[in-house]
Amino acid sequence: MPKDHGIGASSKRREDVRFLTGKGTYTDDMNIAGQTYAVMVRSSVAHGRIVSVGTSAAEGMPGVLAVFTGEDFAAVGGNPAGWLINSRDGTPMREPKRPVLAHGKVRHVGDAYAAVIAETYQQAKDAAQAIADASVIEELPAVVNMAEAVANASNRVHDEIPDNLCFDWGWIEDNRAKVDAAIKSAPHVTTLELVNNRLVPNAMEPRASIGEYFPGTGDYKLTTTSQNPHLTRLLVAAFVMGIPENKLQVVAPDVGGGFGSKIYHYGEEALVLAAAKKLARPVRWTAERSESFLTDAHGRDHVTKIELASDKEGNFIAFRTETLANVGAYLSNFSTATPTFLHGTLMSGPYKVPNVYVNVKTVFTNTAPVDAYRGAGRPEATYSLERVIDKMCRELGLDPFEVRRKNLLTPDQFPYQSPVGLMYDTGNYQATLDKVCEMADVAGFEKRRAASAAKGKLRGMGLSTWIEACGIAPSNLVGVLGSRVGLYDAATVRVNATGNLSVMVGAHSHGQGHETVFAQIVADKLGVPESSVEIVHGDTARIPFGMGSYGSRSLAVCGTAMDKALDKIIAKGKKIAAHMLEAAEGDITFGDGKFSVAGTDKAKTFGEIAFSAYVPHNYPLETLEPGLEETAFYDPANFTYPAGAYICEVEVDEGTGKVDVVAFHCADDFGNIMNPMIVEGQVHGGVGQGIGQALCEFTTYDENGQLLTGSYMDYAMPRAEDVPFYNVDYSCQTPCTHNPLGVKGCGEAGAIGSPPAVVNAVIDALQRGGHTHVTHIDMPVSPSRVWTAMNA
Amino acid sequence: MTKVSMTVNGRAVSAETEGRTLLSAYLREGLRLTGTHVGCDTSQCGACVVHVDGKPVKSCTVFAQDVAGADVRTIEGMANADGSLGVIQQAFQDHHGLQCGFCTPGMVMSAAALLAENPKPTEHEVRHYLEGNICRCTGYHNIVKAVMAASGQDVSALAAE
Ligand code: FES
Ligand code: FES
Repeated sequence: MPKDHGIGASSKRREDVRFLTGKGTYTDDMNIAGQTYAVMVRSSVAHGRIVSVGTSAAEGMPGVLAVFTGEDFAAVGGNPAGWLINSRDGTPMREPKRPVLAHGKVRHVGDAYAAVIAETYQQAKDAAQAIADASVIEELPAVVNMAEAVANASNRVHDEIPDNLCFDWGWIEDNRAKVDAAIKSAPHVTTLELVNNRLVPNAMEPRASIGEYFPGTGDYKLTTTSQNPHLTRLLVAAFVMGIPENKLQVVAPDVGGGFGSKIYHYGEEALVLAAAKKLARPVRWTAERSESFLTDAHGRDHVTKIELASDKEGNFIAFRTETLANVGAYLSNFSTATPTFLHGTLMSGPYKVPNVYVNVKTVFTNTAPVDAYRGAGRPEATYSLERVIDKMCRELGLDPFEVRRKNLLTPDQFPYQSPVGLMYDTGNYQATLDKVCEMADVAGFEKRRAASAAKGKLRGMGLSTWIEACGIAPSNLVGVLGSRVGLYDAATVRVNATGNLSVMVGAHSHGQGHETVFAQIVADKLGVPESSVEIVHGDTARIPFGMGSYGSRSLAVCGTAMDKALDKIIAKGKKIAAHMLEAAEGDITFGDGKFSVAGTDKAKTFGEIAFSAYVPHNYPLETLEPGLEETAFYDPANFTYPAGAYICEVEVDEGTGKVDVVAFHCADDFGNIMNPMIVEGQVHGGVGQGIGQALCEFTTYDENGQLLTGSYMDYAMPRAEDVPFYNVDYSCQTPCTHNPLGVKGCGEAGAIGSPPAVVNAVIDALQRGGHTHVTHIDMPVSPSRVWTAMNA
Repeated sequence: MTKVSMTVNGRAVSAETEGRTLLSAYLREGLRLTGTHVGCDTSQCGACVVHVDGKPVKSCTVFAQDVAGADVRTIEGMANADGSLGVIQQAFQDHHGLQCGFCTPGMVMSAAALLAENPKPTEHEVRHYLEGNICRCTGYHNIVKAVMAASGQDVSALAAE
């Protein structure tokens, strides 16, 4: 019987009711008395020297209240990178300043160099256009292509960085010689060059920020579309604006998706705060979608050469990769961690392979900043591995299922120290592989292929097995690896006098359903109804602290902090019960929402204990404090390691090259499951994005650095017709060994495992259809690329 | 500025507009009905879909003055008279057809328009009809399921093929 409440139940989401009735409160929905409107003046060239900013054009225009330029922020700090990476030679990465508004030079199309504040949005927009028209920007040659950026030293994104290189990173440098030797002496080496296509995250809610300043107290308030309000507060306060942290409240209300793009602090947030102070009025800014395309941090954009050394039977001996990773014009907050520690550390996948070496050169270009997008580095690692393995199988005439099966780590090998620095705590990769084969009816493929052939379609099947490190992360480990922040989380459980609860959590929900799931966990543990638990998130004034939601960390890290705070509540409740029941504290047990004296029928309900905590008429105050509220911070001992196996089946139209994904099967191990309905939804969403990357999404700049795919007319978002129903299973469960909930995280899985499964299926279809010369097609495998490959 | 009047969710309303004021802005800023969302500037995403005289319309693509006098329905007008969720809204909750909720108003309004003209759509018909509504969160699986469930079909066994 499935549970109907608490842990493991598919409780319906409480947040849905407001979203379904139009009562959500997203940032742009807010209406604040006296509000004014900011519009940014953005560069129309990719690279240029700012000769003059035409601010005078806006003077006297109707409604204009203030104009800001880069000059106004020249004295304040820059938006920093959150992770210091050292190059192979030990030198630290190059870190150019990222100003609030561009100063001296503009470095990508959309780079804001001025901002106008006006009484209405239209007035601000008109004035911004007038300033843009009156500004003089001397266009410089754009640095767009990564290989050329590194080769052509005379053309620099940042004048002080001669080779446009941020760093040249080796992982693990000590492995390098050994890996080179292993590859040299291996019986077989498969080489593949591939592109992990640049993506625009495209959360459906565009970014928006509202700044307020309260002159009476000197307090600031920033309402913003953030996955990570405390980090934004820290960055704005300590690094960019110099506002005392205790004078800045950051609120991230309902947020319409993030996928990474809303982790980071952006210049508009500082601008609206500075403008609010100057005008002593609220200042609001909302991106148009075209601004989102130009300025939200993009994802992926790796060019990789991977080599796989093996014996003739397909036993892996070594992996070696060389990657150029684009960081765009400036370093976004996680941009240096994404292609390194979220990528190189995963380059042994779920496999036993003794020798792995990863080299990543990170390159500045005159394009939008690139940072973590759903999966962040791990999809890139998985894609490289799973594609080269399929290519090896083809070269050696081996079965891709069997090759993976014999190279996967076996359950007796855990905990497993990988050659690239991670300690996998637990897993059973054979189980998910077996499960997905059963789900996909692999044995019946030939029949389905014949049916497709009868319709004139080529059918193929693609497999990928994947692992990720998420639930980021242990602070002591990430500190060693260069992180400038800790990656713990926090929660406060406040039991109110009438027995209901307010639980303040540092994780932020922007679609994940925390308000429901976290309440399920509280209800389960305390034996109270879910409806009596309110989850509070997204407000630095109400929540102790938090590091936000990304990297599939909410439950594994913040959920554990909450669990620990609940332990403290129970411990305090036992003290109170011992007093009320006149028993020894050690004799009190807690279960089913009751504190009882062991071996007797004497008991107090949770509600009675709560009430007593706030009406402590006869408390022994020297040993028992009134009140029932506890806070816990939790820093995990390790990452978590979800893993799984995916099978995709496609049909390819030989005449047009169009690919249809006709079946998609996922067998995942997420450890314990808190709400199956929500877990399934997370996998669906991730797979949908992965199919989008594999089949249609493509971000392209021309040689002048103009974004050619800057709207939904040019950037192909997956639509309902582009994807199938997904077949999802999470019954293979090896619970995480180091958090009490046994959870691993499920948010990124689908986006990690699916792209290689799709591309492997397409190549399989073409091979089976006689196009044996086609061994690789770069994503997106669009009709024109497939057709061209077939007919090459 | 011109005063534009129309009926929204059964109520007579009016608000000041410029000639360039879009219906989406009229609803969101003029009437403070912020359930209708704006997700793009090229009429592609569908977050802004409302019904104008019974037909689904992208409200970001219509000037408010051009629909003066019309009968408009928005997501705020989709619940039952007693405030409980309407059939389509309830199906979206039951089948987890939304995550961040940003595309949801447009999805529900499009789904309502579809079911009004095609009370028992197939999976393919649902997917085809929703091609003007983008969702980044759900991978569409549970949206399609919810719409089919709202039409009274048994969706318990739906999966690929
Ligand atoms: S806002 Fe109307 S279609 Fe996107
Ligand atoms: S639920 Fe987030 S865009 Fe659809």
